[in-house]
Amino acid sequence: MAETIEHTPKTRLSQVGANQYIVEKDLETEYMTINMGPQHPSTHGVLRVELVTDGEVVVKATPYLGYLHRCFEKHAEALDYQQVIPYTDRMDYLAAMNTEHAYVMAIEKLLNIEVPRRIEFMRVIVAELQRIASHQVAIATYGLDIGAFTPFLHIMRDREHILTLLEWLCGARMLYNYIWVGGVSHNFPPKFKQRVAEFVKYYKPKVDEMMALLTENELFIERTRGVGILPADVAINYGCSGPMLRGSGVKWDLRKNDPYSIYPELEFDVVVPDGKLSIIGDSLSRHLVRCYEIYESLKIIQQCIDKMPEDPNFDPHAAVPKRIKPPAGEVYARGENPRGEVGFYVISDGKSTKPFRCKARSGCFVNLSVLPELAKGNLISDVVAILGSIDIVLGEVDR
Amino acid sequence: MPKLTPEQIHAIIREEFGTEAVSDLDNSRTMPNFTVLDHSLWQPIAYFMRTDERLKFDYLACLSGVDYNDGTLGVVYNLESLAAYQHKIAVKLKCTKEKNVVPSVAEIWRTAEWHEREAYDLVGIIFDGHPDLRRILCPEDWEGHPLRKDYKVQEYYHGIKVPY
Amino acid sequence: MPSLLDAKISHGGVIVTKVEDLLNWSRLSSLWPMSFGLACCAIEMMATNASNYDLERFGIFPRSSPRQSDLMIVAGTVTFKMAERVKRLYDQMSEPRYVLSMGSCANCGGPYWEHGYHVVKGVDRIIPVDVYVPGCPPRPEALIGGLMKIQELIRHERLGLSRKEALQKIAAKTAPAEEVIIAAHPFNANVKPTVVERQEKETEEATA
Repeated sequence: MAETIEHTPKTRLSQVGANQYIVEKDLETEYMTINMGPQHPSTHGVLRVELVTDGEVVVKATPYLGYLHRCFEKHAEALDYQQVIPYTDRMDYLAAMNTEHAYVMAIEKLLNIEVPRRIEFMRVIVAELQRIASHQVAIATYGLDIGAFTPFLHIMRDREHILTLLEWLCGARMLYNYIWVGGVSHNFPPKFKQRVAEFVKYYKPKVDEMMALLTENELFIERTRGVGILPADVAINYGCSGPMLRGSGVKWDLRKNDPYSIYPELEFDVVVPDGKLSIIGDSLSRHLVRCYEIYESLKIIQQCIDKMPEDPNFDPHAAVPKRIKPPAGEVYARGENPRGEVGFYVISDGKSTKPFRCKARSGCFVNLSVLPELAKGNLISDVVAILGSIDIVLGEVDR
Repeated sequence: MPKLTPEQIHAIIREEFGTEAVSDLDNSRTMPNFTVLDHSLWQPIAYFMRTDERLKFDYLACLSGVDYNDGTLGVVYNLESLAAYQHKIAVKLKCTKEKNVVPSVAEIWRTAEWHEREAYDLVGIIFDGHPDLRRILCPEDWEGHPLRKDYKVQEYYHGIKVPY
Repeated sequence: MPSLLDAKISHGGVIVTKVEDLLNWSRLSSLWPMSFGLACCAIEMMATNASNYDLERFGIFPRSSPRQSDLMIVAGTVTFKMAERVKRLYDQMSEPRYVLSMGSCANCGGPYWEHGYHVVKGVDRIIPVDVYVPGCPPRPEALIGGLMKIQELIRHERLGLSRKEALQKIAAKTAPAEEVIIAAHPFNANVKPTVVERQEKETEEATA
């Protein structure tokens, strides 16, 4: 259905010389409804965005979700507490360790158990490695969306190092089932910490190189600077979190403001843009937040390797309960995922080994709801730039 | 002004709206919460919680629809004051399966728009006052509300067999 | 079967071969898939395309439009909301077209087979599939193995042979399931798959 714009086409007459006149006639235009369909090279998965445009300028953008709805919450009600962990992996498949961590924290709060110190360090090391890998994919695909192919190849080469490390640790490249309630599934192999330290030393100059490829690129900056500016109070009211919120200047990081695990003992900064290269709240700020967060994660990993307690007779399953049957209660626990805040609201009825209700609050679902606000008044190619800077993963949006 | 404890937050709400509007505080170890008993007061209470100088709950972290398996449905809101004091509280609302209407807070916290659509889709709670209440995750012509405890999967959808 | 390049080149640089072999060789050396990444398997597909497990050296270059591709790699879970779009995209591809189902979600519903109300239990309920690649997600090497199976399928095609017969020729070369799954292993002795148990229970209740 095409709607006509509310303006009457007029004819104007203006005189420019003694006998010279200019006649201007307005064009009669209609709104056009275009579908950025579920199968699209730059929608980061199966997302459908319906754009109503006035020529090239977007008037209304409506996202349609549900193309990857895999019924996580129904599975969580039908399986035991520890059997749900592989399904939390598959929700945000690029940040699997972080999602597992948030879920496992919720169950540990319900059970009120204390986790050994070495386990906490192990969890933080893999979570930060996973955060780096996730940001790498976000930056690489953002470059692909804008049109730069080379950063994708360079970044995937380095991501393979992280995936090889995690495969050495727990056997899987992508979906691990590593963090268990009360522990982890495998101990660190001998020399694992040395290899991780070598990776940190190898990777730091590569981050500089990666940043130079994209952020010193005039075209990239032109396409992302000033596009999709999100004011801070709008961001908070919409419930945004993670780099979306930090890109708008709000210094909020769950690892510092609502700390969990051993993050209170570690020193790192919360990355907020300073407005020198980008305008605070635009797509370039969000991208820069992700780039600089990689440096912070490398710092955290180095500190964990130095501070981690050694234990020759360590058993990673020592505190893992044989049968998980928490007392009746409910909890909302959250963790800082690379994409935002991932929270699990778990109700236990005290009588069974399966959760009564497990709701997953996903950061991308909430971050995506800002898209209609941000896309108004921008060009169609800017919508692609905004969507890339929101950094969605449809598995988490649709759960 | 300082970060408030759940008891103080509960006392401020009771002071403003009376003791009959909200239940007693369930000060559980894991998630302190209270229930709003009078549904007609929920929108004013939500607006008060967002704008009052001492509370300033500007961030709705999570909105979950629950089927309690005894004929009642409920909505649980996890609120936090992000920019100001960083205190947290949870609020519950209950309704029955027959009369499953709850006032919507989409005008107060814009994040609730999509969360309420999801609660409607999966649990079947109707939010009164929502600008655009329709299914968000399941297809538009899906039958039933999947997260209800008595949900039975349909046999065929558009000619494709649904169960294994 | 010796490849074309192994064939002796006689005087004057002339290669003698069958037209079908030449056509098949050129088709399998430049398979262009439509990148239809749905979920986690899409990331492994991207990793296979990228630097470490380069797919470009096989001539495989992902295209975005179904009209310009001859292979559809269904990577990830297919849901009911997405099912009609999958069918539409498959119909838009021009013949000869192949479908590779990557990952256990696309093969049979994967981990979501039991309680997933919105998951299609296998993309073969919607479109015909040629090669299945198991794994959750399959390793890049596994995906490359699956693509080589498609190449083998193409190599066996003859101008008068239907797809079904070509698939049967492939199956004739592979080992039967009983030789591969060791049923007599003590681990497998008392384990019955859940589906078989449920079907037996249903037949019992029906007859009782």
